[in-house]
Formats: sequence, structure tokens, C-alpha cells
Amino acid sequence: MNPFSYSRAAGAADAIRLGAVAGTKYLGGGTNLVDLMREGAEHPEALVDVTALSREIEEREDGGLMIGAAVRNTALAEHRAVRQRYPMLSRAILAGASAQIRNMATIGGNLLQRTRCTYFYDGEGSRCNKREPGQGCDAIDGFNRNHAILGASPACVATHPSDMCVALAALDASVHIEGRSGKRSVPLVELHRLPDGRPDLDTVLEPGELITAIELPALPLASRSTYRKVRDRASYAFALVSVAAALEVESGTVKDVRLALGGVAHKPWRAWRAEEALRGQPASEDAFRAAAEAELADASPLKDNAFKVELARRTIVAVLGDLAGAGR
Amino acid sequence: MAITINGSDVEAPGDARVSLLDLVRDRLNLPGTKKGCNQGACGACTVLVDGERVLSCMTLAVQCEGRSVTTIEGLAAGGALHSLQQAFIDHDGFQCGYCTPGQICSAVGMIAEIERGVPSVITADLGGEGLSLSREEIQERMSGNLCRCGAHNGIIDAISEILVREAAE
Repeated sequence: MNPFSYSRAAGAADAIRLGAVAGTKYLGGGTNLVDLMREGAEHPEALVDVTALSREIEEREDGGLMIGAAVRNTALAEHRAVRQRYPMLSRAILAGASAQIRNMATIGGNLLQRTRCTYFYDGEGSRCNKREPGQGCDAIDGFNRNHAILGASPACVATHPSDMCVALAALDASVHIEGRSGKRSVPLVELHRLPDGRPDLDTVLEPGELITAIELPALPLASRSTYRKVRDRASYAFALVSVAAALEVESGTVKDVRLALGGVAHKPWRAWRAEEALRGQPASEDAFRAAAEAELADASPLKDNAFKVELARRTIVAVLGDLAGAGR
Repeated sequence: MAITINGSDVEAPGDARVSLLDLVRDRLNLPGTKKGCNQGACGACTVLVDGERVLSCMTLAVQCEGRSVTTIEGLAAGGALHSLQQAFIDHDGFQCGYCTPGQICSAVGMIAEIERGVPSVITADLGGEGLSLSREEIQERMSGNLCRCGAHNGIIDAISEILVREAAE
């Protein structure tokens, strides 16, 4: 690990001032950044600890939530309003990492965690366009069963690792951001980028910009929602495929739906096509399958991950079927 | 600002690269906390910070300034074994012992989480009161601590005994 300075920001304005220096990174829980620094995949010259940002989970009058960036993953997952109004979010967080890591990790940091592509981590032995732009990608022809089937580019086939972000993508969350040029808000589904020619850029954040909060709009259908994660072992593993879904059925017809996928792309994947295909259709297995197939029509699997296409299809059908059954 | 470790105030290291794990093992002569993978995968380095279980290998010591750290050495007050330490002995909850301090610190944190109602991913009803204390729940909640020499059943037995006893009190 290269030497670096460490300072604690008193709040957002202080963090942005300290973060203006080139080579500075914001530090939340450190569960990903400290590891990347130790592995040589990140080498900041200065860390600004931003855990003094808000730890409040504010319940809005309309039923929505404003979640401070320094809220720990465990605190969000256990919050009564999250469990009742957005159960898919509780389940997604609880499906991620281990209890120790969830106690450490902040939600702001969770949004900004980097891919677990092993070639990205292997600084000494592998080429990676995300780590070193223009270097090439050893994953495309390498061992790539964990990699993307949607939205990848010839430069990068990495997946986004977060479970929480998959639920936030489905829940129409927005991300509050502050920087030297002011404040802005970005829909969660637009925060993360597809790799295109610049896989080194994970998000649309400008240098020095800071995530201060996540806003969840009121979404009554999310009170019947869930998250299912399929992985190589029963616990403490990254997703092969995951599905976050909320479903509202009225008289046997899909009135409204939210659907997002994890483990399949460079960003949490909102399944817009499947949602479009489902609204107004009968809440039947045939309709669920047709919607999944619409979403996966453009999937382009790699050498080792064709199984993900079928796995995603089956998981979508199963999750929607469970939600439809629970509502009968 | 000092770091409080097992009740004593310690100055934070000048080099920000020093992990909490290396601070307690190498600089404070508290070798009970173990270095397994040093990358957050095995849980051998688990300690309690302000009562919550965390990984000391992934924590920079400077992040703990103003906070209170408890290691396995801090659990046995006045030389008397913590109830979980005794339960691990009673149930053969270890063989080589390398994962044991992390397992025990993690279990202390886990029991506190259950007492305040934190659900797990396998909790059936997120809105319900009262959590299951089943083996499956303990296995899920302890999945961040690996044992590689076969004591897992004894570990779950030991934790289960203490959990059920505390729930009854």
C-alpha cells in the first residue's frame, strides 16, 4: 500500500473542500477501498473520511425516505420503515457480504464499490481497461463465468457487485450529490455507466463530487416486493444472477411492476423492457416468461457464462410467480 | 483523539496504513485477534467496535480514533471466561483454534444484533416481532466466519446454547 494522508471531514462542505485536491478519495467504511489499496488496484494520496455525513433515515410525510450517505448497511436493512415499505431493499442488503462487513459499510460507499472482476484486482498479472485505460482486457477471453451478459463492450465485461443497488434501481431511487459547482440529484439508474470505451469510469460523478444521500420515493407496490440472489454457495458470495421485483396484481392482471437484475451487467440493470411487456398482461407464468425473454433478447454471453441467460430467465419467472402467489 | 482498546486509551499510529488488526497484534501485543486472509473473506480478525462486530483487517486504525474496541482479550473480565468461551470448550467448538477468537467476537456481536431485532436474509417475515433462533439462522448470521478444520457443528452448538439461554432470561 502506498503512503497516504488521512483526515476526517466534519460534514459535506468540509469533505468537498478537502476532496478538491487531486489524488484524494472519500472513505466510508473502507470495506472495498482498503482492500483495493492493499491489492494495488487503487492508490490514492489522501483519504477523506466522510462517515460524519448524515446517518439519519428520515421518513417523509408522503411515505418516502431520505437516507443519509453515512448510514451503515445494517442500519438501513433493519429500519422498520424499510422492512415494511421496501422489503426488497432490506433483503438485498442482507443478501450482501457478511454481517461484519454490513456493519462497517456505508450506503454511499456501497453505491461506489468497484467490480470484483479478478482481472481488475490482479494488477501484476493481468491487463484491465478499468484499472489501466487502453491496456486491454484479459477477462473477455479468460475465465468469465461471473461476467456480464448485458450491456458489455469490447473494452470491458465486468459486472457491478452491489446487491443494494439492484433494489434501489427497481425502487426509482435518486442519488443526492454535492460538489464545488453545487448540488444535483441523479436517478440511481443513471448514476452507474455502461463501460463503452471508458470502463475506468464507473459512474457519472465528476472529480471531487460527493454522494450525500439517497432518496426513495413513496412506492406503495413495493410493500409487496422481494429480492432473490442466486450464488455458488448459500451465503457470503457475490451474485451469479439476482432479481429485485415488486408486483401489483388486480383481478389477475398486472397493474404495475418494478424489476431489476444484478450480476448481469456493468451497472444494476433495470428491466424496462420486461416491465413494459408485463403491464396489463395476465399475472401468469407464460406472461412472466415472455417478459423475461423480452429483457434477455439482447443478451450476448461469453465463453463461460451462457448459463446466466437461462438462470436469469428462470429466476425472474420464479420471483414474479412467488409475488403473484403471495397476493392471491 | 485516542483509541480505547479493552478499556485502555491508545494513541493512533502515525502511519495511516496501519490496520486495526496490525495495531493490536504487532504494536499492542494482543495476538488473540488472528490474521487469516487479510482481505475480508475469513472473519478470523473479527473484533467489536462500539459493540458492533467488524473486520479489523479492513479497518484502518485511524478510523477508530474516538471509538471503543474490544478484542478477545477484553471479553474475559477479571480472568473469568466469557460465557461463549466456556460454551466453545463445552461443545468442542474448535480444533486448531485459529478462527476461534473471531468466531467468539462475532457471536457476541450476533447475539446483540438478534436482541435488537436485526433480521437476516432468511428471516421469513421482515415485519414480524421475535426472531427465529434456529440453526439455519445462526449459520446464516455467522457466514462471515470460516472454520477450515471441521468444528462448525460444535461452533453452532456453542452459540445456540448461549443464544437460547440469553433469550430465556
